[in-house]
Amino acid sequence: MDPLTILIDWFPYLLTGIFITVGLVAVALIIGVVLGLPMALGQVYGKLPLQSAISVYVWFFRGLPVLVLLFLFYFGIFPGLGLDLPAFVVGAVVLGLRGAAYQSQIFRGAIQSIAEGQMTAARSLGMSRTQAIRSIILPQAMRVALPGWSNEYPEILTESSICYAIGVAELLTRSSQIVSQTYVTMPIYLACAVIFILLSYAGTSLIQRLEKRIAIPGFGPGNSS
Amino acid sequence: MSESEFILKVEDIHKSFGSSEVLKGVSFNVKKGETICFIGPSGTGKSTLLRCINQLTIPDSGRVLLNGEEVTHAGSKINHFRQKIGMVFQNFYLFDHLTAVRNVEIALIKVKGMNAKDAREKAMTELRQVGMADWADHYPAELSGGQAQRVSIARALAMDPDVMLFDEPTSALDPELTREVLEVMKKLAQQGMTMLVVTHEMGFACSVANQILFMEHGIIKEQGSPQVLLNDPKFERCKAFIGQFREYSQ
Repeated sequence: MDPLTILIDWFPYLLTGIFITVGLVAVALIIGVVLGLPMALGQVYGKLPLQSAISVYVWFFRGLPVLVLLFLFYFGIFPGLGLDLPAFVVGAVVLGLRGAAYQSQIFRGAIQSIAEGQMTAARSLGMSRTQAIRSIILPQAMRVALPGWSNEYPEILTESSICYAIGVAELLTRSSQIVSQTYVTMPIYLACAVIFILLSYAGTSLIQRLEKRIAIPGFGPGNSS
Repeated sequence: MSESEFILKVEDIHKSFGSSEVLKGVSFNVKKGETICFIGPSGTGKSTLLRCINQLTIPDSGRVLLNGEEVTHAGSKINHFRQKIGMVFQNFYLFDHLTAVRNVEIALIKVKGMNAKDAREKAMTELRQVGMADWADHYPAELSGGQAQRVSIARALAMDPDVMLFDEPTSALDPELTREVLEVMKKLAQQGMTMLVVTHEMGFACSVANQILFMEHGIIKEQGSPQVLLNDPKFERCKAFIGQFREYSQ
């Protein structure tokens, strides 16, 4: 059989891998934002013990290779806690926890880049600190953070292939399975690569569109007064 | 004069930053509708004094009373008092992500709980008052310094404050823009707004202020109406200070 026919035959199988990969990335990104943003706020506005706890978290998750983290959680931490989780869940959670560590620092930098006067003015009008953070600081900080944060999507997308190691049936895992069944190597991995590139392109351009949509004249990284 | 005539009372405010004592016991009273200008060399605590009034800077000791209620040690009630004490800053501090009209209405919505329609109406009224209604939909980055400062005045006015604090409102502006901001402030004073103004604009201080407080080294050194300060030989230091400015303006 020629490689093209093999590719066409196996393509539906590969295609379901796309959903797994996109699922991994989506869950990981959501976990990353949901944990990363409060962590950034905690580091900027929290009391010292909280700041220290977050620093330790960031240090831990940024200090270990993602494969080591995956093995630690898949074979050690989750089973140790009596949790028998599917590989997909472990993969998404680990990518998410690690992403949160990175994203917290993107958000922290963005929050700290907002001039002190914005908080001062908000407080002078009678806003509480929480109101000021929510209505004044965060809407600005998120706009500043977005270009840096947009790295997270291709980063996590490419990283997700490492979930192969714990047997998540994502794109690379499925590609390898097809290769071992058909002994056709290059066309299959090439197809896998093309799909990754397309996914990366699609997501990145979506984020760029969002960036343009929420842009404000004279405001953005480098323009904050 | 009875106690109740004073809208704002400031009693013996002390404030130190590290080992440097910036305010060494400042006291004064303000009647409703009065404009008081604080003048004096840089670094004598004028701005710190204003920030102590609305507790953006917490004084080490002393009291601030607004309409007889204590603003110092107000705890979370401070947010209530700050609505009554409008503040305008040297660098405007407009919210960079909001248009002019949104800048003015946001606290009305978030703090006063006004609905969007009423808040917009009120915000537009205030923008008209400072001559900025035509610029309502522009972002801060699209405004000149003078325009930005006028929007920031409208933002403070929208809260219907009892007192307005101006912290060197024209120091970041060139003479032409300074003029448009001072015109707005003069109009406010004429309308009976109670105003405390830290300024280096001697012309404004002498023509608009009911009282000038000359500060030096963290205390009020001399105080009185502009006429008295300029004509009474008792007030040498203040006259000399104002004189320096006059030399250059002639």
